[in-house]
Amino acid sequence: MLLFNSFLFCGFICMISQMIIDNSKLTPGHVISLLVCMGAFLDTFNIYDYIIKVVGGGALLPITSFGHSLIHGAILKTHVAGFGGLFMGMFDMTAPGISAAIVFSFIFALIFKPKD
Amino acid sequence: MRNTKYNKIADRHKAEENRTKNLLIAFVSGGIIGFLGELIIEVFCLWMKMSRSDASSVMILLFIFIASFLTALGVFDKLANKFRCGLLIPITGFAHSMTSSALDYKKEGLIYGIGSNMFKLAGNAIVYGVVSAWIFGLIRYFLGGVV
Repeated sequence: MLLFNSFLFCGFICMISQMIIDNSKLTPGHVISLLVCMGAFLDTFNIYDYIIKVVGGGALLPITSFGHSLIHGAILKTHVAGFGGLFMGMFDMTAPGISAAIVFSFIFALIFKPKD
Repeated sequence: MRNTKYNKIADRHKAEENRTKNLLIAFVSGGIIGFLGELIIEVFCLWMKMSRSDASSVMILLFIFIASFLTALGVFDKLANKFRCGLLIPITGFAHSMTSSALDYKKEGLIYGIGSNMFKLAGNAIVYGVVSAWIFGLIRYFLGGVV
């Protein structure tokens, strides 16, 4: 069931963004920023956590989950460190993704030649 | 007068795009990405005896690795032209934008080329993500006792 839900949710997000891009002058960059803000907004009151519980891996893949993990780490840290936790915990949960993206793209940029 | 004539000619030469088909392609390809993600998590949980959160991190690493590698080979751009948002909105699009800008600016050197320009395309997601997460986190922090 989680597999089917993942298919539906991830496909739905991609379809919505394709619809926005096709019917307006926004570029993928705009849509990605919008989705990240949306993910952060949805997790303010733990709605995105519920979505992840219901949908599984399909909710972790769209870029909305990036906003979710940013705010989730920050809020978790405020329980320990108070107000400063908003700054300290920001990248706690999303660190593996960002570090991996930096390291892999640096290595591949060194090895490969750009194709035009 | 000249403008209307120009617009007519421009309209005639605009690339015809079938929007319904685009939507379906984005839905199916994005759905397949999500399906694969959940499948990989369950496979790791079953065979490697990982916890679900560990398996999720490994799955995301795997997707980032594959997307960076395909971008470096030049395959990802062709795939992204075909599947559009299905590949650009999941985390693969994030990895793709970083690797492609690092590759594009390679000729300007290691420091001012790769180092400075790696976040040229992916930076907007990080900036707006952090700012919005901070603002919403602030709201949540002050409402914390209430909710």
